[in-house]
Amino acid sequence: MRLPRALGGWGVAITGLAGDARASQPLNYLVSHGLQNDVTLPLTKALIAVSLTVVLIIGLLIVAAILRRPGLQPVAGARLEVGPEGGGLSWIWIGVGLSSLVLLASIAWTVAVLGQTVHPPSKPKTRIEVTAHQWWWEVRYVDENPALDFATADEIHIPAGEPVAFKLIGGDVIHSFWVPLLGGKTDLIPGLTNESWLQADTPGTYRGQCAEYCGAQHAHMAFLVVAQSPQDFRRWRDSQLQSPAAPQGEAAQGAQLFTMHCGSCHSVRGTDAGGVLGPDLSHLMQRQSLAAATLPNDPAHLSQWVSDPQAIKPGAYMQKPELTAAELAAIRA
Amino acid sequence: MSASEYERTPGIGDSVRHPEIGERLKRLWESEPGLRGWLTTVDHKKIGLRYIVTAFAFLVIGGIEALIFRLQLSWPNRHVLTPEQYDQLFSTHGMTMIFLYALPILSGFSNYLWPLVLGARDMALPRLNALSYWIYLFSGIFLYAAFIAGFGPNDGWFNYVPYAARAFNGGPNIDFYSLGMVLFGMSTTVGAINFVVTFLRMRAPGMSINRVPMITWGTVTANAGNLFAVPSVSLAFFMLWLDRNAGTHFFDVPGGGQPLLWQHLFWMFGHPWVYAIVLPAMGMVSEALPVFCRRPLVGYTAVALATVATMVLGFGVWVHHMFATGLPPIALSFFSAASIIIVVPSAVGVFAWIATIWLGKPVFATPFLFFAGFILLFTMGGVSGYMTGSLPVDWQLTDTYFVVAHLHYVLIGINVFPVVGATYYWFPKFTGKLMDERLGRWNFWTMFLGFNLGFFPMHVSGLLGMPRRIYTYADGMGWDWLNLITTVGGFVFATGVLLFLINVVISHRRGRPAGDNPWDSPSLEWATTSPPPPYNFAVIPTVASRYPLWEDRMPRSVRESATEAGLVLDHGREAVGTGPLDAQPDIILKMPSDTIVPFVLALMLTVLFVGLVLHWWWLAVLGLLGTGAAALVWLWPRAELGETAEAKSG
Amino acid sequence: MIFVVFTEGALFAYLLFSYYYLAVQPHTPGSFPEGGPPEFTLAAPNTIILLLSSAAVAWAQFGIEHGSKWRLVWGLGAGTLLGIVFLAVQYFEWAEKKFSLPSSTYSALYFVVTGFHMAHVLLGVLMLAALTLWSALGYFNRFRYAHVHIGALYWHFVDVVWLAVFFTFYVTPHLGLSA
Repeated sequence: MRLPRALGGWGVAITGLAGDARASQPLNYLVSHGLQNDVTLPLTKALIAVSLTVVLIIGLLIVAAILRRPGLQPVAGARLEVGPEGGGLSWIWIGVGLSSLVLLASIAWTVAVLGQTVHPPSKPKTRIEVTAHQWWWEVRYVDENPALDFATADEIHIPAGEPVAFKLIGGDVIHSFWVPLLGGKTDLIPGLTNESWLQADTPGTYRGQCAEYCGAQHAHMAFLVVAQSPQDFRRWRDSQLQSPAAPQGEAAQGAQLFTMHCGSCHSVRGTDAGGVLGPDLSHLMQRQSLAAATLPNDPAHLSQWVSDPQAIKPGAYMQKPELTAAELAAIRA
Repeated sequence: MSASEYERTPGIGDSVRHPEIGERLKRLWESEPGLRGWLTTVDHKKIGLRYIVTAFAFLVIGGIEALIFRLQLSWPNRHVLTPEQYDQLFSTHGMTMIFLYALPILSGFSNYLWPLVLGARDMALPRLNALSYWIYLFSGIFLYAAFIAGFGPNDGWFNYVPYAARAFNGGPNIDFYSLGMVLFGMSTTVGAINFVVTFLRMRAPGMSINRVPMITWGTVTANAGNLFAVPSVSLAFFMLWLDRNAGTHFFDVPGGGQPLLWQHLFWMFGHPWVYAIVLPAMGMVSEALPVFCRRPLVGYTAVALATVATMVLGFGVWVHHMFATGLPPIALSFFSAASIIIVVPSAVGVFAWIATIWLGKPVFATPFLFFAGFILLFTMGGVSGYMTGSLPVDWQLTDTYFVVAHLHYVLIGINVFPVVGATYYWFPKFTGKLMDERLGRWNFWTMFLGFNLGFFPMHVSGLLGMPRRIYTYADGMGWDWLNLITTVGGFVFATGVLLFLINVVISHRRGRPAGDNPWDSPSLEWATTSPPPPYNFAVIPTVASRYPLWEDRMPRSVRESATEAGLVLDHGREAVGTGPLDAQPDIILKMPSDTIVPFVLALMLTVLFVGLVLHWWWLAVLGLLGTGAAALVWLWPRAELGETAEAKSG
Repeated sequence: MIFVVFTEGALFAYLLFSYYYLAVQPHTPGSFPEGGPPEFTLAAPNTIILLLSSAAVAWAQFGIEHGSKWRLVWGLGAGTLLGIVFLAVQYFEWAEKKFSLPSSTYSALYFVVTGFHMAHVLLGVLMLAALTLWSALGYFNRFRYAHVHIGALYWHFVDVVWLAVFFTFYVTPHLGLSA
């Protein structure tokens, strides 16, 4: 059994080394692009190495112990020889002694990593409040100047190369905020506010996932963290604060339909739609994905989602809106 | 009976020269035939077998649930199950395996074996024994009735609030789960009391505390732990039921409650519980492996102490299930360190077992294969646990399939494999027939290879970020092939389990006769017939060492234990009570005869719970009164049990 | 019975843990305990009553150890009656409360913890009543009174639990554990 296990271990290591895992393994945390994971990953790999080594050694010992002497075949009722009691205690002392050393070293390293991951290296300039709902992520950017606050959903932009502070506010049930390539997970518990931080090393899109069972669509409650250079981040932030341009023609009719059918749950800044039950949809078409990173964001998927959410996320709280194809096309415009 | 009956010094008799002792005892101890006997028996052997059969049935049911949802997960975006169906299946699977299989199977083996390995006639409290089984059976039926009717638990076996609260979970699912668990907890508690008292009072004369068999150490430690752990979860479930049905605010935030209170109460129970469901199995291996190494276990004292240490430490690590909840890191690091330290007593066991094989001469019977395989699987499960013990690493690993891999390696590796090995070992004692060796080998390799094929890949999919408890996943995550292999492995493993059950059935019908001691084992249960007579031992054995039946052959050892001559206790159902440390004989215990009262009490208790869950208060009151009446009848002082003044001259 | 004491003791430990855990969470002022710290007027005398009932049962135990069936019956009977008085006073205190079970987290704790205790007291009272009956029927003597010993152990345990509950609910708010 040691061979398959070794293969598995190699496979994992190779995967970790093979370039951009973000595309093919978006939640693989044996690859790190964030400061917290940078510090934790060596410890993780060391623990894996220790574990594999221990299993290998124990496995070899078991096999050696069995094959050492010619064994006996069982014969029912036969009276076989019996060895003496006593002896062999040195096995326990040596085995436990060596194990204890490794365990103590593991504890020491654990504490050292903790010291570096609990607090950000410098005071974060960007502060984001995340409230988790069944099954989407409410994201609120807060600034010292309240006029610069704004809301979005399911896609979080951060400046790369600096720490970002997160306030994790419990909403309905327990969820967990997790961006594996950047750092560990922290729960969002109703009635409590937890604090966390992340720092992305390089710009890129990193997938996040809810990591605490929260009901029927826990499987489809992902999100995206888009790390950008500080200039790109500022540009994005400014564009988020702008109101949309006044719609023309079919789009105007669509805007009206939107307010009527969707506005009671969804908000779009700068329009009449102001609902807070569902995700904020301001600048929706700038996002990479829909429905908590379940679908790619393009007109076809958008139509598919809007016309029948239950087909994609059965049990989600978004009702099937009563829209004709024409009205749907108008909203899309 | 005259008062002088109750103060006598029993004589010593020889069961070989006076077989009529056995004849007399048989008439005193055997249960009535037919349905009446079936409902009234207090014989630990019958109760033990019932536990084993019922627990195996739940194992199969839980396994089928898993195979179904593994089909759903075998490939991305499959539509074998709806999310709601998936959620009920994985939750019920967890509940079934962890509660309705894992402890009862061990209780069953221990129930059957303890009096025999301890040289006693029965457990200390035979009626309580019957009660614990009936409550277990009825609670299992109660829980499954909900599942069959379409409202099984759907919030995982751990049932976190607020999702378990009425606001998010309006149907009766969680009500059935909550009350069913409280009822089940009563079975566990009552059984635990029985084991601990038996350990202290029912050992054969001379079986001092350092001669107690290893299976006993494992079970008594686990049950003593349960006495302190089970009330926590029973309370948590009861408080949840109140929140859901009486409007209390223990857990719900709008009313001032705290979701984390649930997690603390649940895991203060949950962590000790996982030790309770493996320590007895480890004890079984410590008991049986040496037989197939032809020498005593290495480090008896170290292993016994390590068993106790594991249980005690197990009460101090529960927060490691809550590492991601945002508790202060200073507090969490204490639990992280403790969770890593707890590996030490486990290491004692692993090295003791390896040393025993190394210094012994292996006998390649099927039980040996399972026990040797167990050591490796234990180690694999142990190291993945060690990894999750490190706080920052756990912040990545927790709630991924890595933990699912870990928990299955420890539960299947440390519970199921020893249990199957123990069945091969003790089946001849239970039935008088040997299990088939050739089929046993096929059984072992299919289970071993299937298990590793199924569950090893979960370590990898977990490291690749696959979260737990998702009913489907997208393609392009890197998990596709891993899940397919896991599903295939699961089916191979299930085939192995099927081979095991087939072996049990055909061996029961036409296995080769086993005789008293087919494995040439040292412990007392092999000194009586296979299967044992209802009274276990015609005369009470006297014990002078840890390995009574090996004394005449072990180097540097003298035959001092006696099984053929000993105290004769045949004035009714009698056993000898002995002191807790040195097991010197103390008192004649008058044992109860068969009675329907435990069955009735369990039934009335179930009626109470049915009334509560359905809000039929009149039924609940009826159940409560019935329970009280049954208890009164049970406890009414009886002269024949030596409980009244009549049983002693003034 | 000692193991019943251990496991039920653990149950009360977890109940009181829940109280302390919820007590140290943030609360709006004056809400924990709800309506301010509970009054001693009924609870303090009730504690004395329960202690006296344990004393009566202990007196009965010593009595039968020395062969006095008379002391056994009267001691157990007195213990039973005092237990019933305790229940009645507690019930009266419940009725006087300005809050009900669903009012708040505190009220949930109050009724559930003292309720669990009352349930154990009720069970103990029923046990003592049965023991009184059996004693009066002459079932026990100097050598055979295991039932008495077992029942008494349970009763003393219930008394000790009350002391812990009393301390938690009535005393700790005055030691600073309140909002």
